This record gives sequence, structure tokens and C-alpha cells, in this order.
Amino acid sequence: MALKLLSKLRHQNLQITRDRNHHRLLAATTLFYDRPVLNLSTTDDSKLIMKNKPQTTTSSLKQHELAKFAAISDTWWDSEGPFKPLHVMNPTRIAFIRSTLCRHFSKDPNCARPFEGLKIVDVGCGGGILSEPLARMGAAVTGVDAVEKNINVARLHADLDPETSTIEYCCTTAEKLVEEQRKFDAVIALEVIEHVAAPAEFCKSLAALAYPGGATVLSTINRSMKAYATAIVAAEYLLHWLPKGTHQWSSFLTPEELVLILQRASINVKEMAGFVYSPLTGRWSLSDDISVNFIAFGTKDGQ
Amino acid sequence: MNRVIARKVVPTYHQIFKLSRKQFCSDEAAKSSAAAASSQFNQESDANLSLTGNVQPYDIAIVGGGMVGMALACSLATTPLTKHLRVAIIDSSPALANKPCIKREDPPDPRVSTVTPATISFFKDTGAWQYVQQHRHAYFDKMQVWDYTSLGYTKYDARDVDKEVLGCVVENKVLHSSLLSRIEDTDFQKTIYHSRLTSMSLNPSSSSIVVDSTAPTEASYARGSLAKLGLSDGNSLYAKLVVGSDGGKSQVRELAGFKTTGWKYSQNAVICTVEHSVENYCAWQRFLPAGPIALLPIGDKFSNIVWTMNPEESSDFKSVKEDDFVKAVNHALDYGYGGHPKSSLPGSAGMFSWLRGNVTISANESFEIPPKVVKLASERMAFPLSLMHANEYASKRVVLIGDAAHTVHPLAGQGVNLGFGDAFALSRIIAEGIAVGMDIGEVSLLKKYEAERKLANMTMMAILDGFQKAYSIDFGPLNILRAAAFHGAHFISPLKRSIISFDPHGMISAGLSKSKHEVTDKLTDQTSDQESNTRISSTSVLSFYN
Repeated sequence: MALKLLSKLRHQNLQITRDRNHHRLLAATTLFYDRPVLNLSTTDDSKLIMKNKPQTTTSSLKQHELAKFAAISDTWWDSEGPFKPLHVMNPTRIAFIRSTLCRHFSKDPNCARPFEGLKIVDVGCGGGILSEPLARMGAAVTGVDAVEKNINVARLHADLDPETSTIEYCCTTAEKLVEEQRKFDAVIALEVIEHVAAPAEFCKSLAALAYPGGATVLSTINRSMKAYATAIVAAEYLLHWLPKGTHQWSSFLTPEELVLILQRASINVKEMAGFVYSPLTGRWSLSDDISVNFIAFGTKDGQ
Repeated sequence: MNRVIARKVVPTYHQIFKLSRKQFCSDEAAKSSAAAASSQFNQESDANLSLTGNVQPYDIAIVGGGMVGMALACSLATTPLTKHLRVAIIDSSPALANKPCIKREDPPDPRVSTVTPATISFFKDTGAWQYVQQHRHAYFDKMQVWDYTSLGYTKYDARDVDKEVLGCVVENKVLHSSLLSRIEDTDFQKTIYHSRLTSMSLNPSSSSIVVDSTAPTEASYARGSLAKLGLSDGNSLYAKLVVGSDGGKSQVRELAGFKTTGWKYSQNAVICTVEHSVENYCAWQRFLPAGPIALLPIGDKFSNIVWTMNPEESSDFKSVKEDDFVKAVNHALDYGYGGHPKSSLPGSAGMFSWLRGNVTISANESFEIPPKVVKLASERMAFPLSLMHANEYASKRVVLIGDAAHTVHPLAGQGVNLGFGDAFALSRIIAEGIAVGMDIGEVSLLKKYEAERKLANMTMMAILDGFQKAYSIDFGPLNILRAAAFHGAHFISPLKRSIISFDPHGMISAGLSKSKHEVTDKLTDQTSDQESNTRISSTSVLSFYN
């Protein structure tokens, strides 16, 4: 069953690609849609919805659906599988988020649950790789993703650990959340903006989701030659870390552009850092080198 | 003596024992608290038995509450990021059931360990060293190593590297109770299970996925996010991470299916405590044809003997009369098997004089004969020696530390120090994992620990094994080579300094200056190279007596 779904989605993806000149990931990886205008995406969703009931609470999951998604959930959370690069990079991203948010909200960084009392939204949460550690650190996390499949996977996995079962997952978009007038202390969108058709509007939605004086964290890939060589050629074609077509170089943003877009959305970028991978140790670390992967922390005006 | 046979020790355990915590020398206090404790436990354990339907999972289950297991618990208890964790300690030994009351007048236990300055600084960081200092312990700052061929000798002095001590010799029971006392100082939520581990399962069958909110722990276990441990008294408990610190014959290692590599040495070690007529401040080691004999000061004119020899001889020496044994020891340390090396002073060390560099203080010292043993002060113990190394230290939700992961030859006293290094490294890695919100049982986190410790441990084991083999052959040219090595190490000062400061755990280069642990001095660490700290890793000793 799962394979049928996957191939169907792949087929539809190829059609959309032809229409839009917009790379989409193949079914096993994250799909980030931002524009509500994507009729096809809603068709996808509606087709999916016909097969799976919209899930709002964990206890209403049905047995046959568990079996269906059990197969896919392995790949998201298989730390040796196609999402391995994300798993390996995750602790470094969280270290940055931890230090900037602790400083911004004046929390004690030496306590085990520094985000206690904070509401955080993870836009484009995928399988919940970022949401779960944030929940373990005490935050009230809402994870949103436009792909229902990812939300199901995320919810299944989060239920395994009582500490993460409090995460609220919604299959929706940032714009819809803004329409619902949801507000959060921190808005986090990692590795999303390079997949979005209109980054400026996306940033405006993110800003609208934050309380005045709240925090925003975005990460993406720099539009530089080095990034082309490493993130696209090396990662997708040589090392096969990511499926081919995951990223499109023209959608990358330079740090200056990101700062400008965020400024127009009334978010002031306060800190920026780069992620550097060392092939010797196989580890990522934070550094000042923003030539490939970088992450930016900003605060919303108004306080 | 009231043996406390509690099925489950409730968190009030530490409150009850706070009564006698500081009163090491008060028998009455210990007895009264034990009596109070047992009656309390009986009531509490009954109450707990009725709640077994809803078992709260633990964060960490430490199987084996020996020195290394307790060091891990102590380190977790005193680090801000980990002190909130709920820990279960599974150990059936009486040392944890009744807190032993250690008196200064007690004769010294033959099971002692030499702790290196690195280990001492770990203890100081966690605050446990203050308790060690309240009991008998002996720093030593000098070492002399020589062999039976009387061709060479080496003396080491801590002042060669501007340090005050080369190490400290402490009884194992003192180290253990100091760590326990430190834990009880804190609010650490630990529960001690006086039982043995009988079963451990990590991967339940996938068909039993239950979406059921009435038994959340069982559901979590069924989904693979907890490990289930079965104990010999029928209890079972769940934990996110299982730490195997249960010694050389580790049950955890066996249940988890870790393979090991290793071999037996055809040697046994005989250990005992002896008494001198004068105070001994130096550590002595003499390599004999069958194996080294070491004399280590433990304070109050006592010293500890570790004598490595063939298995046949070891059973002889263990059973022979006390006086004869004392004579044999003196003979072995003095003129036995060969004469004394000539004291050569730097001026006469012709061929090495140009390599001298800054002459070390110890190079000027002449050969000394170790103090005579006057009488035996404890029973003699003997046990076989072997080398063992687990091929992996970690897999999902299981990790090994201490002797469970590796055992070494005692000829350099490194065994338990490697174990302490493991414990403190694991505690730091767990803290790092919690800082980034990881599940502490995740393989990637545990493999980080393994990568760090495996290299350090294997390096040390290779060196020790090399020396064990080099010294087990009595062959003329090889003897001369060894003697040349002695001379070299004694007189070539830069070499001597680097030997004393050898840093196999990479502590200095890894920059172990986390917030709670600052490398303030240059840490000295000992190699096996001609050291006299032939300390038996007490954890390996315990494994033979468990």
C-alpha cells in the first residue's frame, strides 16, 4: 500500500515539476509547499484524505494505518537511511537554537529543560527531527508541515516517548496558521526557505506568527559557488547524501538577502552562524563560515 | 547484624542514611540507623509492592554498583544538566545494602587502587575527594623501578615535572564509600535494587504494537523506546539507557551480545598488605623472571604487595606460613634472583651525558633498597590475570564502562583508572546529549562515547600488553636491551618527563575544560613503562569475588 502511495505521489510530482519548474523532492523526503494556491497540492491532500482520515488525536489512529506508515516512518527516523545527513547535523542546529533562545528569553542554559513555558512552532517539521528535541527541552511545540504523510510519521514517532507525545502536529501551512491568529514565542523554520516559491511572503508569515519581541530562527544554504560544489554536486551527485533534485541553486539565498527579507518583515537578525562539516570526524560544528550552510536568529520588532 | 532485605529501596533511603553519613566511626549510630531503616523499609516496600502495576521508567539503569558504577552515578548527580535524572542501581553486594562503617583503626584491606592525578581531579570536581581524605590514603611522589638482572634502574620523582604527587593509593572500599557519600549529599534520585540482573530485552516483537493508554510504560517498551530488565528477585524495571558496570564477567555484556577479544596471561597475582617499621613514601617495582613484584605505600607504615607469578607458585605462596612469606617477599625485593644495580650518577653516564638536557632531580638519586617488610597485615589473595576487550562498547540503549568493557594486566595500576575515565566520559556525553534534547539511549550518542574511550583504552592496553610480554622473557640480549631502556628512561630527562606526563586519555589535547572540570595543572598520567604502580584494578578483583 505504501509503495502505491509513493509512486502515485511521485507521478504527480513529475507533473507538477513540468508545470512549475520547481523541484520537489521525491516522496520519501520532505515536501514543503507554501502557497495555498497550489491546487494540485490540495488535490494530493484530498486524495490522501480519502484514504486516511484526518488525524487530530493520537488515540484515533487505526491499526491498518499504523502498519502502512510503519514502513515509511523507518526512513525518516532511520539514522542510517536517506535522512542521515539531517540527523547528523541536528545536534549542531539545536546547540545554536539553545544558546540563542536561552539568551533571548533569559533562561538558564545549564538546566535540563530551559524552554519550559515557551511556545515554539516548527514550520516544515517533516518527521519531527527538530520538534522532538525541542519538546525534550521543555517547550510546548507545534509542528506544521504541508504534507500529511510527514505529519503522520512525526506523530507516530513522537508517541514512542512520553516526553515528546505532547507535541502538537498539524498538517497545514504557515499562512493558514496566521489566518487562525496563532502566536508563538519562537518561530523556527530550518531548511525550508530554499524550497519556497516566494521567500518574502514566507518571511512575512513567519513574522506574523511571532509575538512582538519573539524569536525567529531560519536556516538555509548560501547561494555561493562553494555551496554549489558541496551541497549540490557533492551531496547529491557524488556522495548521494541527498536525492538528486533536492535543492535548486537558484532558490538559495545569500545571508545578505535573507537579512534584508527579514528586515522587511520586521525581524532584526541578531546572530548568524555557519555549519561546517569535517570529513575527518564526520561531525558538524558551528563556525563563522557562512559560505555553505548557515543559520540566522532574529527578533521581531515591537517590544 | 540487620541485613536489610528490602525489595525496593525507596528514595527516602538516602534520608535515613544521612543519620550515619558523617559518622564513619560510630558503631551505635550505624546499628541504630540500620534498625530504623529496616523497619521503615518493610513498611515502604509493602506499599511499593502494591503499586507494581504502574512502574515508572527510569532514565538510566546502572547495573553494577562498584567503584566505576558509583563514579558514573556521582558524576551524574553533581552535573547540573544530569542531576534531575532518575537512576536505578542494580547490585546485590552487601556493601550497598549496609553502609559499611570504615574506621581508621581497621587493618587495611588488601584490595587497593592507585589513582592517577587525572582520576584525583575527576574526584575533586565531583566533590568526592574530600571524603577520601577523611580515611587512610597515601600520596606518593617517588618511584623506583628495576629488575633482577641488576643492569639498570630508574627513579621517578614528581618534582621532575613540577608536580607534587605521582599518584595516590587508596583502599577500594574507601573510594566506593566516598562516592556513595557524595551522592547522598545531593538530591539525586537513585533507587538501589539489591538483586542480580537476570534478563534484559531491548527489541520487542514488532507485532505487539499496542496503542493503549492504560499501560504507557509497557507501550513505550513495546515501541522500542525503553529497555526492560528482569531481576533475580522477580522485579522488572524499565530504563531508557542501561549501563553495564558489572565487572569483568559482565552480565550486561553477555545479555547484550557484545563479543570480546582477549587472552589469559599465564600468571596469577598475589596481593596482601604488609607492615614496615618505618614509613614508606615511595612506590617500588622490581621485575623478576616470572613477573613483577610491587610495593606500594598505603599510609600508616603499611604497604600493599602485588606479586605476579606463575600459577603454581602463587598457590604455594598463598598457603605458605606467614613468616616464610615475609622472608620470600624481602628476598624478592632485595637480593633475590640477582643483585642490586649499581648506582650511576649523571657524571659517569658517559654515553648519555650529551642527551641529558635539564637534569631531572631523580637522575641524581642513587639506587635504594626498599624498606624491609616486618610482618603480614592481611590475608593473601590470589587470582588469575587476563586481558579482555569488548569489540564494541555501545549499542542501542546499552553501554559498557569499566572492567565490563576492558580488563588489563595490573603491572601499571591502570585498570580502574581507565574505568573511572570511562565513567566520567560517559557522564559528560550524557550531559551533552541532554543539552541538545537527544534521547539518551540513542546509538549515535553512545557511539560518540565509544569512539572517545576506545582509542584511549586500546592504546593503554597495547602498551601494557607489550610490557607484559617484553618482561616475560629471560634472554641475555633482551635483558641488556631492557637495561638500556632503563638507563635511557632514567637519564634522558626529556624522555623521562614525557613518560611521567604521558596522557593516554588525551585529556589535555581533548581540552577537557568543560564548565565543571578545569585542567588547571598539567596533568600527569602514568604509562606502564617501568612503573611501580602494580595496582590491581579493584574492579577486576571484585569480579573474582562476586
